[in-house]
Amino acid sequence: MTTKGYVRKDGRKNDELRSPIKAEVGVIPNADGSAMFQIGKTIAIAAVYGPKKMHPQHSQDPEKGTLRCTYNMNSFSVEERIKPGPSRRSTEISKITEWALEPTLMLDKFPNMVVDVHINIIQADAGTRCAGINAASMALAHAGIPMRDMVSSISVGKIDKSLVLDLDKYEDSEFDEGEGSTDIPVSITHSGEITHLQLDGKISKEQLMEVIEMAKKACNEIYEIQKKALKEALK
Amino acid sequence: MSGEEIEVTPKVTEERIRKYLEQGKRFDGRELDGFRKLTIEKGISKNAEGSVRVKLGKTDVIVGIKMDVGTPYPDSPDKGNLMVTAELLPLSSSRIELGPPKFDAIEIGRVIDRGIRESKIIELEKLCIKEGEKVWTVFIDIYSLNDDGNLIDAAGIGAVAALKIAKIPKYDEKEEKVIYSERDKSIPLRKISPFAITIHKIGNNLIVDPTKEEEDVSETRITIGSSEGTIHSMQKGGSTPLKTEEISNAIDLVEKIWKELFKKVEEQLK
Repeated sequence: MTTKGYVRKDGRKNDELRSPIKAEVGVIPNADGSAMFQIGKTIAIAAVYGPKKMHPQHSQDPEKGTLRCTYNMNSFSVEERIKPGPSRRSTEISKITEWALEPTLMLDKFPNMVVDVHINIIQADAGTRCAGINAASMALAHAGIPMRDMVSSISVGKIDKSLVLDLDKYEDSEFDEGEGSTDIPVSITHSGEITHLQLDGKISKEQLMEVIEMAKKACNEIYEIQKKALKEALK
Repeated sequence: MSGEEIEVTPKVTEERIRKYLEQGKRFDGRELDGFRKLTIEKGISKNAEGSVRVKLGKTDVIVGIKMDVGTPYPDSPDKGNLMVTAELLPLSSSRIELGPPKFDAIEIGRVIDRGIRESKIIELEKLCIKEGEKVWTVFIDIYSLNDDGNLIDAAGIGAVAALKIAKIPKYDEKEEKVIYSERDKSIPLRKISPFAITIHKIGNNLIVDPTKEEEDVSETRITIGSSEGTIHSMQKGGSTPLKTEEISNAIDLVEKIWKELFKKVEEQLK
């Protein structure tokens, strides 16, 4: 690990994920596939509907199917109530989620069709987009959409000078000492390809490379949890 | 995986539901006045002042209470505010499309709002901090997770249940700041339970707690918000008329169902 410095409030090691981590599929009976992913106090659920005909017709892609993700946060999932309905933030996260997941899907099998993935954040304590992507990847697999790989997602942070894994709300938005807080959510396929990367703060190239290695290791752990939940559903 | 655009109840199923009802039976074996299994899970969202997840059979809704300090309405300067919204998430059914709230969601929000408001279950006069200037607003937000019919009754049960377990955050009057990490007192409530209960008419039969298929067959419905026999709100939905006698029967049925629900809800909130 890099610098000593920052000691985590909740007693975690710098490379330790929050607990509990819970994953379950089949949580929405109406959906073609669904999953819940909880990490610490953040809870996301995702439901997949489709593949189905894309409407309106001019949105159809004759080459391949379309993945359409929507990320939505419950008004009461955060301390200060947010207005129900879409926002600029949720619109951006929805698109980021599509980009993170699309490379793993064999969409060429569904020309003119659309696969809808709806993500709902029930309880938020930072890392909601990552939890949403983890739930969505599981829900797509649960729906039987042909996939090359799974996607796992985690946020790594730089708190003052230290690199820490899986930021909680305090670390993400309240910590304000030294070099402050840098949030770097990353999504990675099991084969190691990066499908989503965002960064908010300041960091050197050397440290960013280290961040990616930390994220890869953590995503492997998350992948095992996702896989286990999917296998359990088959029992 | 389904290739259909929108799933609707097939005609054969509709006909069979009607035929069964003519013989006084329901498709899933329930009595005409039989409610599906009700479960209430408390505290499903910790940042909410109170939250519940209500399941009625496969129907699944979550309701959360948030509170904030704001200015009162000019016509009630010494009373807290109440706001109820419902969102039917596309996550909860293939029939729900993306976009601004459609009529169904707006109606659920408004009908639940009236049931809560008119019953005066919340003692809004006790939620005044400084007359004309500062009062608490109580937000009740409803989300559907899985729609298998009768979202409205599940939402109403959830709203009452969430109110009963909610805790008010602290308010620092000097700093003019709500401290959400410290919640102590319960919301001041009158000892009533104004559930909204919906009766559907199919043929000559009145049924309660319809599944999605039964909702599709329903000709008309009437939602009655009441507590211990006192009616606080009503809404007739659908264009088929009701006879006076049918409304009278519906009210009797609601009174009976209310007693059963009251017992079940109190048990689960213990």
